[in-house]
Amino acid sequence: MSIVTVQLGQCGNQIGFEVFDALYSDSHCPQGLCSKRENEVYQASCKERFFSEEENGVPIARAVLVDMEPKVINQTLSKAAQSGRWKYGQHSCFCQKQGSGNNWAYGYSVHGPRHEESIMNLIQKEVEKCDCLSGFFIIMSMAGGTGSGLGAFVTQNLQDHYSNSLKMNQIIWPYGTGEVIVQNYNSILTLSHLYRSSDALLVHENDAVHKICAKLMNIKQISFSDINQVLAHQLGSVFQPTYSMEGSYHYRRNPLGELMENLVPHPEFKMLGIRNIPQMSENSLAYSTFTWAGLLKHLRQMLISNSKMEEGIDWQVRPPLSRLPTLGKVSLNRELHFNTSIANLVILRGKDVHSADLGGFKDPALYTSWLAPVNAFNVWKTQRAFSKYEKSAALVSNSQFLLKPLDTIVGKAWNMFASKAYIHQYTKFGIEEEDFLDSFTLLEQVVASYCNL
Amino acid sequence: MEEGVVNEILQGPLRDVFDSKQLITDISGSGNNWAVGHKVFGRLYQEQILEKLRKSAEHCDCLQCFFIIHSMGGGTGSGLGTFLLKVLEDEFPEVYRFVTSVYPSGEDDVITSPYNSILAMKELNEHADCVLPIDNQSLFDIISKIDLMVNSGKLGTTIKPKSLVTSSAGALKKQHQKPFDAMNNIVANLLLNLTSSARFEGSLNMDLNEISMNLVPFPQLHYLVSSLTPLYTLADVNIPTRRLDQMFSDAFSKDHQLIRADPKHSLYLACALMVRGNVQVSDLRRNIERLKPSLQFISWNQEGWKTSLCSVPPVGHSHSLLALANNTCVKPTFMELRERFMRLYKKKAHLHHYLQIEGMEESCFMEAVSSLSTLIEEYNQLDATRSMPVEDLPRLSVAV
Repeated sequence: MSIVTVQLGQCGNQIGFEVFDALYSDSHCPQGLCSKRENEVYQASCKERFFSEEENGVPIARAVLVDMEPKVINQTLSKAAQSGRWKYGQHSCFCQKQGSGNNWAYGYSVHGPRHEESIMNLIQKEVEKCDCLSGFFIIMSMAGGTGSGLGAFVTQNLQDHYSNSLKMNQIIWPYGTGEVIVQNYNSILTLSHLYRSSDALLVHENDAVHKICAKLMNIKQISFSDINQVLAHQLGSVFQPTYSMEGSYHYRRNPLGELMENLVPHPEFKMLGIRNIPQMSENSLAYSTFTWAGLLKHLRQMLISNSKMEEGIDWQVRPPLSRLPTLGKVSLNRELHFNTSIANLVILRGKDVHSADLGGFKDPALYTSWLAPVNAFNVWKTQRAFSKYEKSAALVSNSQFLLKPLDTIVGKAWNMFASKAYIHQYTKFGIEEEDFLDSFTLLEQVVASYCNL
Repeated sequence: MEEGVVNEILQGPLRDVFDSKQLITDISGSGNNWAVGHKVFGRLYQEQILEKLRKSAEHCDCLQCFFIIHSMGGGTGSGLGTFLLKVLEDEFPEVYRFVTSVYPSGEDDVITSPYNSILAMKELNEHADCVLPIDNQSLFDIISKIDLMVNSGKLGTTIKPKSLVTSSAGALKKQHQKPFDAMNNIVANLLLNLTSSARFEGSLNMDLNEISMNLVPFPQLHYLVSSLTPLYTLADVNIPTRRLDQMFSDAFSKDHQLIRADPKHSLYLACALMVRGNVQVSDLRRNIERLKPSLQFISWNQEGWKTSLCSVPPVGHSHSLLALANNTCVKPTFMELRERFMRLYKKKAHLHHYLQIEGMEESCFMEAVSSLSTLIEEYNQLDATRSMPVEDLPRLSVAV
């Protein structure tokens, strides 16, 4: 089953390129560490999911590129074409000239309705190329105007027109110390609207990925390109093919659907985070060996202590005793900074994957009381290694990972809102104070819900 | 409204760049009188101006903004210039109006410049989206500093005199007392850097409409202090990180501001950093973290930074930085202007030149001063919040 990706704005398009590139590179990786037959099935599965084919055999990404100014799309299209390995469809992009001015209201209320038909037509064309549509990825940032505002509008439209298909929004959480001054307003408006129309929000935090580049990859002068590549790697490690029930040579057909089923049991809890291990520069890779036990131990502690990467993990944090009554557990968790999960999905790729012991993730103490661990925890596997890593593990988690960042953004936006700064820029295009208040209310609700897990 | 300057441009090396049909000139000039520029020539040339504007606009696929470049102290730029603002607002309401205004300094040679400036300020308050004030004294100081560097030659460094900033290749006039060409060159660089992200590619683009969106928290407070670095270029191309960081520090020093102001010791409402050249996001973040503690930001915008990265540096440099700040440090400039105005106005000096123009009355002056006073008061109120402790406001509480 195929996934159609909608790339919105500068961020969405730049990242989208890196994602397709990473997916392609990995699936054509000569290593793979498995049999030829296995590799071929893997490749075919990846291809069906993310690429369609042209007459001359060059794969075309199943993507629609949308931006309100032309420079980034032109760059993205040419970078892909120049690589010679894969490319974007010639007519898969929609572009305007004037940009959205970092204004959520402009993206949502002006560009949205104005260009609704053109954009939905493009998406329809891409959908028709799929034998069987699994769902949509929508890649967008929250801080700007196009990705955030137009992204929210498009997601709503997808909800209306493709109600049977799943939508996962890949959201880029901006740096805490601004990239855009009104980023907090744009973020809360985006999140509140997406919460109503999207099926899951997979969040990628710029600050976290930046740290990974600095500490783990040892990159001295980190560029957005570096950040996007790490992000693409994380996404690839989740969505590249994995075995279905039958095991070897048989790959899961609907990862998006199964992921949603596993991780989003309740509509109030839609925020998912990604962690993966190992992550290091190629130089270091040559000198490292891994065991599943070691990797999984670190991954589990990353989950419990809410660590964003495998360095600097707080090993003091332990799961609380499950004998305590619910209320006591909540306050104790807060003291210990323990990250409570609703559901987790671990994806393992590489040699001897069947020998990996995942008992640590099945401990009921990690989870809330309303799902039994057998339902709350799932694992996907494949022996085919991912990218350059002989063994790698990824974790997609619906837990309190994003509680603090969400709380912070809502707090900052609220402070700014109280002074009414910049509000005139939004009311100019039809987003009133009422709309802001609605957004705040919804998000405070989400914060409270996650807090009380 | 007089022919000399326009004719010189038409005969100079850039004559082919300008469309000779898109010029409007008159003979006698405005006599340094805002009223003549605004009321007399405004009315006279309104149709012609509109027609030429419409023609230019038709050539555009997508018109985003107008740049108005003028001085505040004279008659034409100040009077006719601000008249135009109103016309643009009526005719093209959705197009942004960016105004680069040269404010008169203390020893300005035009006696009536305070009148002209205050009358123009009222128009800027009401009809401009964004104003970048500049004053000649700052530009002159910057030029002097460059001259000093070029002539003295610091130990171990050589200055490239042929960079975009120090070039005076377009000089048509002979050396005057004030080196206007070099000074104007700096303003030209300001506008170049402002538009660089719209013209060239980069990893984090910033368009002109984003400037207004991010830097204007309240409609009346749209005056942005600008500073440009580097002002001269070192011949050494591989500039190590330390030098790069120096560029950021310089942008916040008094010497690099294009208007006499001290943003470091006043209150920031918002700040934008537009970087050009081989600078990456990590360099940007490192410098923001480094400089943040020494700058005071308003309580509701503690992390109020807007950043952009453009890959193409200006000619002759490996990178450059333009910092735009919405900062209460513009207040002293306005207060001084008001001071100078009051000194003249109390004596009713030169007033008759204005009042004899049809449509001008004393009330025009009073309204203009009161508009400026309101603006100054707004800045005062914001400054007053500086001493107050930063408290997080109580959030909405929801039933779970």
